[in-house]
Amino acid sequence: MNVDVKLIDTKDIFTRLFNENRDAIFSGSSEYVNTIRNKALEEFVRAGLPERKNEKYKYTPVNEYFSKDLQHNFSPKKIEFEVAELFRCDIPELDTRVILVLNGYYFNPLQELTTLENGVVFGSLRAAANKFPELFAKHYSQYAVYANDGVTALNTAFAQDGVFLHVPKNTTCDKPFQIIHLLMSNEAQMVHHRNLFILEENSEAKVLICDHTLSSHEFLTNSVTEMYAGPNSNLDLTRVQNEHNRATQLTNTYSHQMQNSNVSSNYITLHGGRVRNNVYVNLAGEGAHNNSLGLYLVDDTQHVDNFTYVNHLVPNCTSNQLFKGILDENSTAAFSGKIHVWKDAQNTQAYQRNNNILLTDTAKMNTRPQLEIYADDVKCSHGATVGQLDNDALFYLRSRGIPYKESMHLLMYAFAHAVLSEIKLQPLRERVIELVDKRLRGELSHCNNCKMKCQ
Amino acid sequence: MLSIKNLKVSIEDKEILKGINLEIKPGEIHAIMGPNGSGKSTLAAALSGRDYASVTGGSITFLGNDLLEMSPEDRARAGLFLGFQYPVEIPGVSMVNFMRSAVNEKRKYQKLEPLSSSDFLKLMREKKEVVEIDSNLTNRSVNEGFSGGEKKKNEIFQMAMLEPKLAILDETDSGLDIDALRVVANGVNKLHSPENATIVITHYQRLLDYIVPDFVHVLYQGRIVKSGDKTLAYELEEKGYDWIKEEVIAG
Repeated sequence: MNVDVKLIDTKDIFTRLFNENRDAIFSGSSEYVNTIRNKALEEFVRAGLPERKNEKYKYTPVNEYFSKDLQHNFSPKKIEFEVAELFRCDIPELDTRVILVLNGYYFNPLQELTTLENGVVFGSLRAAANKFPELFAKHYSQYAVYANDGVTALNTAFAQDGVFLHVPKNTTCDKPFQIIHLLMSNEAQMVHHRNLFILEENSEAKVLICDHTLSSHEFLTNSVTEMYAGPNSNLDLTRVQNEHNRATQLTNTYSHQMQNSNVSSNYITLHGGRVRNNVYVNLAGEGAHNNSLGLYLVDDTQHVDNFTYVNHLVPNCTSNQLFKGILDENSTAAFSGKIHVWKDAQNTQAYQRNNNILLTDTAKMNTRPQLEIYADDVKCSHGATVGQLDNDALFYLRSRGIPYKESMHLLMYAFAHAVLSEIKLQPLRERVIELVDKRLRGELSHCNNCKMKCQ
Repeated sequence: MLSIKNLKVSIEDKEILKGINLEIKPGEIHAIMGPNGSGKSTLAAALSGRDYASVTGGSITFLGNDLLEMSPEDRARAGLFLGFQYPVEIPGVSMVNFMRSAVNEKRKYQKLEPLSSSDFLKLMREKKEVVEIDSNLTNRSVNEGFSGGEKKKNEIFQMAMLEPKLAILDETDSGLDIDALRVVANGVNKLHSPENATIVITHYQRLLDYIVPDFVHVLYQGRIVKSGDKTLAYELEEKGYDWIKEEVIAG
């Protein structure tokens, strides 16, 4: 018997979509950005989206996600709503500069770009590209390499807006920036958006990114964040992902680090149907240090896949990766982490760890640590574990009168703590700890912070 | 307080305890001694409710309740305490949070309000002095990186915090040097009162120089084969366990 399988060619779909909506996609973007768009589409058509046979995407069928029939908008939808009324952030009382991004578009009807007294500029990426062509020529699409990468190529072709942040030389940002990516639509939708953070020499910034869904429709987000950390700069990124089970999220974060820079990024996946985080790090200046951490708490049929690529290009750099996961029910997760030490990158120190706890027999974890080392004087290590909660520890807690459920909770929380303790911003750390605590108790759902009551 | 009648316990289908009888009243200190493999730790496991120790016969009544029907946490809240032979390291769980949870769970069981933060910290300070435990230890994760002696002191500290009615100290003396042994024993003695009782499980008589028992029981091949007062412990120290074994064989 022949089964008629209808194969949807994503190359065709997106090429057609691009050509049919060319005017809308290009409108408002700078010439430079649009030139890159064309090249990225060509590369996308050549490379295509990764399929199962692609080793990098072995556990996450990205091509299938993009084959779905989803709507696209190439101009901000007119959604009249008071964000404050509809959306209460899970991280309140945190003194931050809040930046809203609605369905991929910077959302502030009054002001597209803000310049602070100390010269820090933040706001709409699209507006910034027009205003600062030199900065874009120097940084935009320089770190998010789309060659051979269909996912980033697609973003580079389609993304129109997102958040721009520029911190001038010798400047420390007074408050953290809190970027809230909101998804809200009355139909299933695909969103591409893009952030560019530039930290000049000896500057410092802390950024918190929150990803949320505000309506119950199916969403697919493909986002790219490019970060340039100039010499001696300090960048701290925390991303809290809290989307619903029908949402699919791909994040691609690229850090390019100059000498003695320090970048720390922390990916806390509280909720989401399917999540793939690609974390790319280039240690391009001597003495640079990178921390990449992740915590994923999955249940139901959720799927979270973290992929890291830490590139030691020059000598005397250090990197540290720690990803931890707790998997419940029928959830699945994957971790694939690579440390690449180039021939000249002597005296590298690079560490990687991935630890997982499976709470059920049906949860499934795939972990693949990889080292590729061409220098001979390096210290590198990697380790991965998949296991259960420690029964002896559980009994120890219970024998002191702490109930079974609470004891389980304490142990899960303790397991997660190593990642959370690395969040440098203290009020944020406390708040994230509280969120994780709630999540582990099953008290947090993506609906907590939304008044839509769509379920 | 505690009444054990004809208790039979198996581990992985092998019968370890073959009919234990023991009565313990408030104010008493009982020592349970015996050679390796006689079932001492299995008795502690059965009393505290470890699931691998399956009770196949007999009964245990604790303060009028059927202990075997109770979960480990209920046993603890009702006033039973096990001092572990091998205390578990739990990285990431702070001693303070652990003890706060434990103390407040017990208070909940007693229908009391949870302690305020300041009252709780005051209680911690008081009890730390009782057991001469280093302040730094209680600022760390539970038993993480503690030495053998520190772990055992920490057991006594927890006992002081929870004020159990019946404490079972399972080989608390193992791995202790003489100074740590004295500190641990002092702690136990200070906590002892006419209202509570203690079971000291030990292989050696040494600990009993410091904690003086009212009764000594010798466990051998899953049965209490001999009971007496503290002089029995000295006799064992002097003669070893062989004469007991011979007596049993002669039966």
